[in-house]
Amino acid sequence: METLLQQLLNGLVVGSVYALVALGYTMVYGILGLINFAHGEVLMVGALTALTVISTLMGIAPDTPPLLLLGVGLLAAMVVCMIVAFLMERLAYRKLRNAPRLAPLITAIGVSFLLQTLAMIVWGRNYHTFPQLISTTPMQPIEGVFINPIQITTIVASAVIMVGLVLLVTRTKLGRAMRATAENHRVASLMGVDVNKIIALTFVLGAALAAVAGVLFASNYGIAHYAMGFMPGLKAFTAAVLGGIGNLGGAMLGGIVLGLVEAVGAGYIEHLTFGFLNSSYQDIFAFVILGIVLIFRPTGLLGERVSDRA
Amino acid sequence: MKKTLVAIAIMGMGIGAASAADMVVKLGSVAPLTGSISHLGKDNENGARLAVEDANAKGIMIGGKKVKFELMGEDDQADPRTGTTVAQRLVDADVKGIVGHLNSGTTIPASRIYDQAGIPMISPSATNPKLTQQGYKAVFRTIANDVQQGSVVGNFAAKTLGGKKIAIIDDRTAYGQGLADETEKAAKAAGAQVVAREFTTDKATDFMAILTKIKAANPDVIMFGGMDAQAGPMVKQIKQLGITAKYITGDGGCSPEMIKLAGDAISSSVYCTMAGIPLDKMPGGKDFRDRFKKRFGADVQIYSPYAYDAAMAIIHAMEKSGSAEPSKYLAALKSESFPGVTGNIAFDEKGDIKEGAITVYQFKDGAWVAM
Repeated sequence: METLLQQLLNGLVVGSVYALVALGYTMVYGILGLINFAHGEVLMVGALTALTVISTLMGIAPDTPPLLLLGVGLLAAMVVCMIVAFLMERLAYRKLRNAPRLAPLITAIGVSFLLQTLAMIVWGRNYHTFPQLISTTPMQPIEGVFINPIQITTIVASAVIMVGLVLLVTRTKLGRAMRATAENHRVASLMGVDVNKIIALTFVLGAALAAVAGVLFASNYGIAHYAMGFMPGLKAFTAAVLGGIGNLGGAMLGGIVLGLVEAVGAGYIEHLTFGFLNSSYQDIFAFVILGIVLIFRPTGLLGERVSDRA
Repeated sequence: MKKTLVAIAIMGMGIGAASAADMVVKLGSVAPLTGSISHLGKDNENGARLAVEDANAKGIMIGGKKVKFELMGEDDQADPRTGTTVAQRLVDADVKGIVGHLNSGTTIPASRIYDQAGIPMISPSATNPKLTQQGYKAVFRTIANDVQQGSVVGNFAAKTLGGKKIAIIDDRTAYGQGLADETEKAAKAAGAQVVAREFTTDKATDFMAILTKIKAANPDVIMFGGMDAQAGPMVKQIKQLGITAKYITGDGGCSPEMIKLAGDAISSSVYCTMAGIPLDKMPGGKDFRDRFKKRFGADVQIYSPYAYDAAMAIIHAMEKSGSAEPSKYLAALKSESFPGVTGNIAFDEKGDIKEGAITVYQFKDGAWVAM
């Protein structure tokens, strides 16, 4: 029983990060129909920026309280990621907005490589130790189940941000403009919506979420590296598709479900298949679930909008 | 002096091919001399150079002729393609034996070229088992391979650490999986029970799910076959899950990097292994270090004693067989057994060093300490 609870908890932590990143994918897809494959790299840029800022600050003022350090690092990461995403949209994607769908997709893959290589030049090839400013000392709320403050922070921060985003999209004027743009660019612009601005904002907003995800991810594992964005990016994309790409609630649900499936899959796949499969199929397990869901619900768990967009 | 000259002349006449001039025998040394591990490459070359100079100073006689050895030092940049180009260049230059290369990744493709040319090669540092499993007749190494390492890891976990229940994780790379498989075999042979066999990737950072599963199996020792970038965070997560098992990993995790990445989660119950033995514990280690320092003005990095022994093995075999021709001295090289700097140098039928040494390190006071 403790094992199952622990696995669910593990899944929830990983799933929260996936969900945050998945939101970025899904927002951009919802509004542009573009799968921004470079989104995972934004997470990496966030983590490494925070690393640089935090270690510089630690060098200058070693007495700064850890939470303030983390706050400043996070803020810097968000700002840098927002700039990166803004430039990405302005320079790489805007010109291709009316091009055949394949063109921006390939461009996105190119941008992903570009960002990775740039990060390799700036931060080097080595793995960096990311300062774990929120404690990782385990606590035992239930006998045999371990959780630590950074894991709690990850789950709570993700939940708060996601609720905030949903409120933004559903309750504000800006959110209405975003939804209108997603519905139809031309009609939205006829209604007085500055479509270019809204699209840029969507990118920037997604990047801020990815920055948070990057800092949380790096704080959890205490490691940062120029190629760290690839796997979470891929998983988050999967999560977005699982939940129904283009749908905010779907991205969150998809992220959490994927995290849980992975953890429980890795833990129990051997028992479930009577020893035929083992944890080296952890990733495949997640994709099998994705396949099954898509067979019965081609638009994902919560996806409805996608059908009239595609 | 005159006496020796006469003696040489007489001996020469006895064989019937007297020659006053020294015979020149070229040996090759290949290692990365540029790039990120160039310090290790230069170290290897210097090891071989010291052996050649020692042999020249001693005045080695091969087939009755006084021989002058020359070392051709080449740079393979740790790049497989450059490695094969350089190998071909050495073959064309008619070298009689090779000390090298440094990396498994360059040694394996280059070994094919040397094999086709029939030139014996001895790597002082390539540990991938595949090198000596290709069926080549003239490929050797003076360092223990990963199979031998795995058996040490398994035995250490089961016997020294007293592990009755062992959990094994690998990263599904050729290196990690090979090491883990050998560990499993050795641990089982030593009477331990492998209670969990889990897998991750060489890109993963989250191991909570597999570690939670391992925790339920309650092992005494957790073994990981993989690199420091995974081993570091893994040690952290082991602590976060309240697992108290001891932890051991191979040379991929036996780095200062690993200590940095594991942060405050690393403790004296974390171990790692590395091929070879520390210089201080080698039979000829102290003397080698002093002479090396005096000659090159640099400290021994890691593999130069193995390069020295590799070069010496070739020279010995030539001396013993009375010929510098690869086809003639190869048999002598195969049956070689002499005390080298690093230990007794003798090869098994595949070309691996017999009794290849593996050292276990324990984490202590912020560093790896040899046990």
